[in-house]
Amino acid sequence: MTVPRTSGSEDMLRAVRRPVPHDSAEKHVSGEAIYIDDIPEPRALLHAYIRSSDIAHGRIKKLDLAPTRAQPGVAAALAAADLPTGHNDIGPGFAGDPVFAEQIVEYAGQSVFAVAAETREQARAAAMQAVVEYEELPAILTIEEALAQDAQVLPTVTLMRGDADKSIAKAPRRISGRLAIGGQDHFYLEGQIAMAVPGEDGDMLVYSSTQHPSEIQHHVAHILGLDANGVTVETRRMGGGFGGKETQGALFAVVAALLAQKTGRPVKLRPDRDDDMILTGKRHDFIADYVVGFDEEGRIHGVDFMLASRCGMSPDLSGPVNDRAIFHADNAYFLPHVRIVSHRSKTHTVSNTAFRGFGGPQGMMVIEYAIDEIARTLGIDPLTVRKRNLYGKRDRNVTPYTMKVEDNILAKIIGELERTSEYWQRRKAITAWNATSPFLKRGLALTPVKFGIAFTATHFNQAGALLLVYTDGSLKLNHGGTEMGQGLNTKVAQIVADEFGLDFEDVKITPTTTGKVPNTSATAASSGTDLNGRASLIAARTIKERLIKFAAAHFHVAPGKIVFANREVSIGGEKMAFVELVNLAYKARVSLSATGYFATPKVAYDPTTMRGRPFLYFAYGAAASEVLVDTLTGEYKVERVDLLHDVGKSINPAIDMGQIEGGFIQGMGWLTSEELYWDAKGRLQTHAPSTYKIPACSDLPRQFNARIADWSRNREDVVYRSKAVGEPPLMLAISVFHAIKDAIAAVGQYQISPQLDAPATPERVLNAIDALRLRLGDHLPAREAAE
Amino acid sequence: MVLFDVPGKLNMTGQIRFVLDGEVRELRGVAPTMTVLQWLRDDARRCGTKEGCAEGDCGACTVAIGERRGVDDMRYRAVNSCILFMPMLDGKELVTVESLKHEGRLHPVQRAMVECHGSQCGFCTPGFVMSLFTLYHSGKEPQRETVDDVLAGNLCRCTGYRPIIEAAQRMREYGAKDQFHRRAAATARQLAAIERRDTLALEKDGQRYFAPANLEEFTACFEQYPEAALVGGATDIGLWVTKRHQRPETQIYTGDIAELRRLKIGDDCIEIGGAASLGDVFDALLAEFADFGEILRRFGSVQVRNVATLGGNIANASPIGDIAPLLLALDAALLLRRNRETRLLPIDEFFLAYRKTALRNSEFIDAIRIPRARSGLKFRAYKISKRFDQDISAVCGAFALQLDGSRIAEIRMGFGGMAAVPKRAANAEAALIGEAWNEASARAAMRAIERDFEPMTDMRASAPYRLKLARNLLLKFFLETSNQPGATRVIRRDMAA
Ligand code: FES
Ligand code: FES
Repeated sequence: MTVPRTSGSEDMLRAVRRPVPHDSAEKHVSGEAIYIDDIPEPRALLHAYIRSSDIAHGRIKKLDLAPTRAQPGVAAALAAADLPTGHNDIGPGFAGDPVFAEQIVEYAGQSVFAVAAETREQARAAAMQAVVEYEELPAILTIEEALAQDAQVLPTVTLMRGDADKSIAKAPRRISGRLAIGGQDHFYLEGQIAMAVPGEDGDMLVYSSTQHPSEIQHHVAHILGLDANGVTVETRRMGGGFGGKETQGALFAVVAALLAQKTGRPVKLRPDRDDDMILTGKRHDFIADYVVGFDEEGRIHGVDFMLASRCGMSPDLSGPVNDRAIFHADNAYFLPHVRIVSHRSKTHTVSNTAFRGFGGPQGMMVIEYAIDEIARTLGIDPLTVRKRNLYGKRDRNVTPYTMKVEDNILAKIIGELERTSEYWQRRKAITAWNATSPFLKRGLALTPVKFGIAFTATHFNQAGALLLVYTDGSLKLNHGGTEMGQGLNTKVAQIVADEFGLDFEDVKITPTTTGKVPNTSATAASSGTDLNGRASLIAARTIKERLIKFAAAHFHVAPGKIVFANREVSIGGEKMAFVELVNLAYKARVSLSATGYFATPKVAYDPTTMRGRPFLYFAYGAAASEVLVDTLTGEYKVERVDLLHDVGKSINPAIDMGQIEGGFIQGMGWLTSEELYWDAKGRLQTHAPSTYKIPACSDLPRQFNARIADWSRNREDVVYRSKAVGEPPLMLAISVFHAIKDAIAAVGQYQISPQLDAPATPERVLNAIDALRLRLGDHLPAREAAE
Repeated sequence: MVLFDVPGKLNMTGQIRFVLDGEVRELRGVAPTMTVLQWLRDDARRCGTKEGCAEGDCGACTVAIGERRGVDDMRYRAVNSCILFMPMLDGKELVTVESLKHEGRLHPVQRAMVECHGSQCGFCTPGFVMSLFTLYHSGKEPQRETVDDVLAGNLCRCTGYRPIIEAAQRMREYGAKDQFHRRAAATARQLAAIERRDTLALEKDGQRYFAPANLEEFTACFEQYPEAALVGGATDIGLWVTKRHQRPETQIYTGDIAELRRLKIGDDCIEIGGAASLGDVFDALLAEFADFGEILRRFGSVQVRNVATLGGNIANASPIGDIAPLLLALDAALLLRRNRETRLLPIDEFFLAYRKTALRNSEFIDAIRIPRARSGLKFRAYKISKRFDQDISAVCGAFALQLDGSRIAEIRMGFGGMAAVPKRAANAEAALIGEAWNEASARAAMRAIERDFEPMTDMRASAPYRLKLARNLLLKFFLETSNQPGATRVIRRDMAA
């Protein structure tokens, strides 16, 4: 079947392009939306608890669960030795993530065994009674240590173009340095959770807060020894995912299912916030070494980047995450000669995982940092240097991985944002103000984003949908995507409604379940709507074509004269209600259900050479941020932010705006207040909101102007010419980091480039200021005070 | 029965009473440490209220507590139900997100949240709705500062807050009065009818809970159970239960004792009852010492301030509590009491060692006395943390200076986060007494302060940074009190107020 085009008449749209509220909004605000922990609990439900390792690396000398099993209320306790099939790995793609540690524990927080008891409190208390003894082994806790010991979870990958060494050596100027980029906890408000309900034939129904039901199904079947058709995984909604529920939900789902299989009773497993943060993976922290050759204009001739990320104890998704970091180490800039070496470091810490942006943000940070350094070395405004290095339209438009940048709209976006944010006027005003302000300094930065859309693993770029039309004219839709707040179901319902000329409310989307659409991909890589929206549209088109065919024959009207609009069908000028036609079709025995299937065209690349077209298209954006820094304490306030972001032609501007604003603030948290801290023994110390600080309400800049580039249109044939929006806006926050760096530079009258790592906590900011002052020979802070 | 062998009138019914959705609920046999959140989700099957952290830091569990104001009016305050114990509901109205819809229609706050696209994943949303509900009922104008403050204890990971702020600013467009306004008098009467004048006494599974209604019964009770945990707002003890999985054997709740919640503004000093909540005293302290108000505001979210007590923050002797440094600088005194004996102790002598205080058996903080701002007193306080709102300080520094002509007659500096106890900077103070207040003396004191402290490194800050902050805050204090040109604060104080 041919892929239907979506370029129907714009003015006939009833649902698409409208800012309809999230389809669950009324349930959210009334408390009626049901999350897994709210599902009425089945009879005889048990509660589970996972006891995890409290050391980073060691051999399990002794594990005795007898005392645990003897505790009141305990129904079962399971460790690696008790697994029914002997299978004990839930790594996605690459092995390395045991359900329960076997002989060795490799991070503080690794699952060792699990208990099911009548209450959560009993399960926890009983778990504490087990005898667990370790022989501690030396642990690798940092990227530096891993590099020194050559510890890797996956082999190093290198991307080369041209001759980086030669171009850098021959370039008129060069800079080099090291940047450290911190990780990030997802801090979805709803923590990980699963509830497993055993059925007949040993079947298992698992409710899981997951972005990837099919993978959970696969793991549960594999570990429990069931066929996939005996396992159903259902996800109505998540209370946030952000990548943290792409692979990380598997442990909880599998453990709940194991205990349910063992006891024959339903089992719920909900770690509390501390356990959730200690047990589950986060955004990779990176260190990056850069050497860049450039000319007096600031144009880059060649780059040599070494990226090393903390992958933790296993590969998990680290391969594609680090690949994406490589693919975004150019961000928006043409780099003629390139060498990017990417090390995937193994450490005895939790295995890091997917997080909105998936390595892209870290890659972008490196090039943006280098550009800022170039500008400060040359004494040119960083925005000017950024603009000089942008990909060209006709030439200088091929990425280091050989994909051509075909739809480059960044020059237009930046130009527009320069005007609307009054960048240059403010630049002047700020420089003047800083000269009069000895203790507080302002900083300003404008940075672009170019983000590639598609799963880099090509085979994930497919989706399915199942559409049912009932005789009362209502539609029920299932697709493979999951709803985590991003509004996927809303957009998909809009798309399907418009195909039939119906209202958004006429389409009901029901929980994602592996029982309806098989073999789905994770809802990730920002591609939820591109894939599932299109698959659903195809399903809708199939039924619509059947209805048209039927109506044409029944009413003797040419198919071209049959139009669906305004909840009616016009058949050669005669109108009838949609429901009427459906009834006629039903009586004439026309099938009113259909599946839809879609595979993204064009994408293909060779992971061994890192060459090809990993992405279908790029999403663009730019941000201008202004901060005010206290040079005595390192505190700062983000005072004004202007965003201009490209979502193609928006299917739902309100939902897209929510992703833009929310993504930006989340990115700002990553680069500012969100700091992960491990103690010397490798134990995470920031595992609750009391110690891990995501942005709060007052952190939203006083002036916050976010706009959609409403003139944009996806040149690729993506559903309704929209663009993916989940991840790209997060990286707009890089402007905040550079505004802080700019304010620090003001301390040295812009003569020296400050060195700042991320996250830019007040402590790092003050250290950067003090380092700058030291280089200026000003040992005590704010000597100006005396003048 | 030995368990309840305390003098005074005991309420032995073993039941607590509160109003929910217009009806008086009577519960028997609740465990003293059962949280309101547990009760709502597990027993009452009202699952709209969510758990995001169980430590009072995310606001997903926010509910509103209604209290009688006069005979026919009500006021509503937001609290975190995850660390509020069930018995504390006694005599109050409980409002949850499920209570808001009326005759099948969304409440104006809910409508605004829908129209402004204030929810994405929706998990934080019930908590935001309840915080906004209390703002709706406060009658306050929803300026950005007010909204920020009201929502400081509610975290949202999806929206970035902008649409929620808009909802706060537009909610009254969807209706200026709600069913709670309309039935306020009736609710107030219901509450009056269940008001307790005796000591509530509960016992379950070896846990005891007393809620004395007056000072006399309280002291008698505390004599009887000197090891009892005194609970004001449970923002600390709540964490023993939810985080450390401990169960205090005996708790005495101080929130019903009017005498201990007193606020007296005398000519010489402000006297604050040991069980007064931060919310109770916020306005008075803000008016007297602007920075005290600002620190209180940032000390904790509205939900925390509404229940957390000044006395509790002092008595738990946390080295990172934000109140003690301010009291140290302001030369406050504590009125300590044991039964009928009282003694006045300068706050300097209260903190003995890490989490150890001068409180004796059965002795408690009756009141805190803060000298009034004398003319010429210069007082500043600074709280440095990774995030401005609802974050524990890396360092909190407070400074009070009295000049005699151009000489320093008196200077006191209190610090939190710098030592095992909240502590004054003795060396730095000594370096300044009798000196002129100029940059040279300030810099000498900055050097001296390095001898005052040996801070530690933890997840909030490194030791060198803490020391740098102590020095720089002293410099900042000098700059702000000596007419130096140039602004020194990234958050303007007028915004804070
Ligand atoms: S659950 Fe987070 S504050 Fe109560
Ligand atoms: S809407 Fe998801 S956390 Fe607020």
